[in-house]
Amino acid sequence: MPDSVITATSLTKKYKDFAAVDGISFEVAPGESFGLLGPNGAGKSTTMRMVGAVSTRTSGDLTILGLDPNEHGPEIRSQLGVVPQADNLDTELRVRDNLLVYGRYFGLPRAAIAKRADELLDFAQLTEKAKAKVDDLSGGMKRRLTIARALINDPRILLLDEPTTGLDPQARHILWDRLFRLKEQGTTLVLTTHYMDEAEQLCDRLVVVDKGQIMAEGSPAALIREHSSKEVLEVRFGSDKNEGAAAKLVGLGRLEVLPDRILVYSENGEAALVEVVKRGLEPITSLVRRSSLEDVFLRLTGRTLIE
Amino acid sequence: MSAPEVSTGSTSVKVGKAWYVTEHKIRAMRGYAGTLVATAIGTPFLYLFAFGVGLATLITQNVGPGGVTYLQFVAPALLASAALLVAQEEYTFGILLGLKWNPTYVAMNSAPITPRQIVDGIMLFVLIRMVITSVIYFAVMVLFGAITSVWGVLVIVAGLLAGFAFAPVAAYAATIEEDRGQFAILQRTIILPLTLFSGTVFPLTQLPVYLQWIGWISPLWHASELGRQFSYGPTEPIWLTVIHVLYLVGLGVLGWQLCVRNVARRLNK
Repeated sequence: MPDSVITATSLTKKYKDFAAVDGISFEVAPGESFGLLGPNGAGKSTTMRMVGAVSTRTSGDLTILGLDPNEHGPEIRSQLGVVPQADNLDTELRVRDNLLVYGRYFGLPRAAIAKRADELLDFAQLTEKAKAKVDDLSGGMKRRLTIARALINDPRILLLDEPTTGLDPQARHILWDRLFRLKEQGTTLVLTTHYMDEAEQLCDRLVVVDKGQIMAEGSPAALIREHSSKEVLEVRFGSDKNEGAAAKLVGLGRLEVLPDRILVYSENGEAALVEVVKRGLEPITSLVRRSSLEDVFLRLTGRTLIE
Repeated sequence: MSAPEVSTGSTSVKVGKAWYVTEHKIRAMRGYAGTLVATAIGTPFLYLFAFGVGLATLITQNVGPGGVTYLQFVAPALLASAALLVAQEEYTFGILLGLKWNPTYVAMNSAPITPRQIVDGIMLFVLIRMVITSVIYFAVMVLFGAITSVWGVLVIVAGLLAGFAFAPVAAYAATIEEDRGQFAILQRTIILPLTLFSGTVFPLTQLPVYLQWIGWISPLWHASELGRQFSYGPTEPIWLTVIHVLYLVGLGVLGWQLCVRNVARRLNK
């Protein structure tokens, strides 16, 4: 990959004996939308802090925009936009003031910041809230303001750590729409998420991370093709009957028996369901759907993303 | 791969400076400026009336050389206490606010601001807050007739040094992960005794010798005595005055540098 904006090689972060990030390697191309998908505690946020040039790596190599964060932290950070997992807007300041003070940290002139702040408030659909207190904003609005703040310096890379965690579906869709626009404008996005739909919506390419290691890498579609079937049949028989029913489903495709349901991985879900009924089983509910990144994760780790 | 130039779009970007942190804090202060100014004006009136006018009626003995009144004696110490209170508030709650409760330091550090620049900016902000409080206090002292010499204006400097000397508290605050009322304990077990036994409202020499050491280690005693030298001194040998200054500056610089170290460790997770 020529001219990567981020190159990580055997990147490792240890806290005493515990390796939060355990030798991961990846590259991100300019303009790419790159995701780290994994459950809580997989090491995604730690990776993001290292890429954000605020956390010193234990070992391995890391280059961001051609610079080593150990040597050039502030220079790198001047070209990044960071949306942390927990909002850290200044609640003592009004909405617009949050953008104004943050712009100063990049050494930008006040007039330029004021102009940009107004554009970004418009982009974040917060113009009417410019003078509001941060605490009076909804969760989705705070998130959008944090993203607007991260864009004040017109960054070359935008880092988003769990951008929509804790938001209601409508707020998530508004946020995705804004992020998609940035992507269309060519901003390099790096995001972590434990939501597979978010990864599918926003990422050109992603790595599946678990226990500090990369389990798989590719585009969402390629990962699904490679690690799962085209379709999935989900059948429920009741929590104490799933195990017994699973024994009669052998041969229909790869099976995953979860506490509440059985997943049958099949190229043709409807045909599989017909076969289930033929075998004399009567599921309480049944659902045929396309394979998702959730299935990829389950296949690779034997666990679900949200536990 | 060639190293990219440090610029974003058409706007060239400079590496941040501590002053931006100070600017940020001043802007945030506007939100509660009314309370601050009211407190800064109200407090000296309250204290100077209570001690300088009220308590003073009971004190008929001279407390200093050449007929220094009790009001003149107590005023420099009260100003130093007021400056110290501002510093103490910012060095405790202010620091933990920025690191934990509303982690704006984390946000600053995500921008091109280093932990040292954050702490430097905060120290400068605390200094500005202390200047505001001390100048107002001084003006009220003049109004009460507590200052008789032009050198008295340097009482303000003694007050600022009193607050600055509490910077080790900021370094400690930066290490607190869980709030278990440490600041209240600090207040009751260290700050309050230091205030009571620091020769603020009576000369330290009135205490039995075995209690006087509390004053000797207390920044407030050094600052109060320093203020008195400016206000109506000299009342002590010059070497002792020099020690006051060195002690206060030394403690302040030590706390400041430790605070930089602790904040840097905390932000680099």
